[in-house]
Amino acid sequence: MLEIQNLSVRYGALPAVDEVSFTVREGEWLMIVGPNGAGKSTLLSAIAQGAPYRGDIRLGGQDARRIRPRERARWLGMLSQSHTVGYAFTVEEIVRLGRYAYAGMLGGGSEADERAVEDALAKTGMLPYRDHSALTLSGGELQRAFLAQVFAQDPRLLILDEPTNHLDLAYQKQVFELIWEWLAQPGRAAVSVVHDLSLARLYGTHALLMNGGKAAAAGPIGDALRPELLQRVYGLDVYAWMQTLLQPWIAPAPDHLPESAYRQADSLPNWIDKPRPLAP
Amino acid sequence: MVSTREGFRPWEIFLFSVATLITLLICVGVGSVSLSPITTAAVIWNALWGLPMPEGVSATIILAVRLPRVLCVALTGASLALCGGAMQGLLRNSLADGSTLGVASGASLGAVIAIAFGITFPVMPLGGTMLMAMLFGFLSLVVILSLAYRLDGTLSTNTIILVGVIWSMFVSSLISLIVTFNSEKVRSITFWTMGSLQGSNYANTLTLLLALTVFGGVLLGRARELNAFAIGEDNARSVGVDVKRVKLTVLVCVSALIGVCVAIGGSIGFVGLVTPHAVRLLVGPNHRRLLPASLFGGAIFLMLADLAARVLLNPVELPIGVVTSLIGAVAFMVIFTRSRKKDAHA
Repeated sequence: MLEIQNLSVRYGALPAVDEVSFTVREGEWLMIVGPNGAGKSTLLSAIAQGAPYRGDIRLGGQDARRIRPRERARWLGMLSQSHTVGYAFTVEEIVRLGRYAYAGMLGGGSEADERAVEDALAKTGMLPYRDHSALTLSGGELQRAFLAQVFAQDPRLLILDEPTNHLDLAYQKQVFELIWEWLAQPGRAAVSVVHDLSLARLYGTHALLMNGGKAAAAGPIGDALRPELLQRVYGLDVYAWMQTLLQPWIAPAPDHLPESAYRQADSLPNWIDKPRPLAP
Repeated sequence: MVSTREGFRPWEIFLFSVATLITLLICVGVGSVSLSPITTAAVIWNALWGLPMPEGVSATIILAVRLPRVLCVALTGASLALCGGAMQGLLRNSLADGSTLGVASGASLGAVIAIAFGITFPVMPLGGTMLMAMLFGFLSLVVILSLAYRLDGTLSTNTIILVGVIWSMFVSSLISLIVTFNSEKVRSITFWTMGSLQGSNYANTLTLLLALTVFGGVLLGRARELNAFAIGEDNARSVGVDVKRVKLTVLVCVSALIGVCVAIGGSIGFVGLVTPHAVRLLVGPNHRRLLPASLFGGAIFLMLADLAARVLLNPVELPIGVVTSLIGAVAFMVIFTRSRKKDAHA
């Protein structure tokens, strides 16, 4: 569905993305992970034709550069991490814009447009907000409005740039589950940049681990996010650190507990490490 | 149907047309010899169909002097407001406008150069001035936007306005310079900096109408794309808007339309800033409604401003640009303060 060959993007003399190649097939959700400045977001905007690049991006076998904007929008839709809407557009107006690629010369809407807009509003739970101004929405509501837009756009490939970066846990779960559901339909695939490795591991089918603009690993999620690879890229024992993060929830801090709880904490399974200082 | 829900409804078009027509009749009627709107309408109606004029009415004043002027004023107002609305959407900035961005001053420079150096076309007496005004309007836009882009990359309000102000000052000094050395050829500096539609004729009216039909038509046809830009350029690209092409089309049409207006009436400031802003409060930010409403709103606003310019200090007539700038400067301050406050809270 999406084939990328030797893709490079430069900012001046600096290569932000350097000779990256990968393929995304139907039904896959590729998670692009890596430290800050690894070139993840740049890679996404190149795929969406928002940054000049060298190399080859193919959508359904066609050179993405040669696909006309409207047809491209029927192929791929992009959801950014945050939105600043300039004027008081309503949620419905934002969602309706998702149908732009299907409009005729006169811009009249069809039955299919109406249905797509209603479905998208319903699926994302934005029906009660349809007449609300975008300026009055919370970050989570606004993100759901734009998710509804991209659902109404009905692309085959969904490009997500840290879609839940500013959202609380409940919204995070909701957005990821909505995308997961969307992905279950035939002929769909998704590519997203995600910082939270747990989310990536949970929802992704495949992963691309990036470091310094290059692909450090790519493949099925379990292979690409192996502990030793992550440790090399992040300079941190990622698995140990994630266990450390979880530990207070499993074994609460002693000063909140009666003395009997200490013994319980000591008898925790041995795969949970004791907290330890971070590697320098 | 999508188009009926989002677009301008027939009764709204009717309402705006009626308001524009009434304003037009009042503005044509009021003056040294005042006539009621009904008599004015009768004179125009009878003239249109070749019927005899009503008794005891000096039809010449109305038909040869006031009507072409008011028509020019209305068309200029409509054009400038439409341009302002389109720019505000494209740049996602409610302070964008031909005058704040320096397009109008750039166009004036073009017109002044054409007159001073005798750039003309054999067939159209105003052709050279107009083409130069269009060209320089467009060049100004390109210079200002690329400079602003170079400075901060996000085209923020403050940068655009600052660059626009600097550009306007630079251009004004060039205009003054040229006019000083060619005072016999070029109309006074005040004409180009303040604007005036005194002594407009039907040829001007027709030119404006033609320009508005062509360039305004294209702009109105880009309402959906402008919505996408107003929500965000990346979002526009994502939903399938040909971002580069639409941007170029809008910029060319805006500078062409402003160029024609400037060649005929000099630079009349702030119409394009104030009107879309006021209209947005009335019909919302959707350009499929905002642009047509701005068209009517701009015509009404400028006709009233012209009326004020004529009657306020009668028998002295103010340049129309003085009136619009007086209103505009206050409105500009209000909008700027509000948008700054909003930014501070965000």
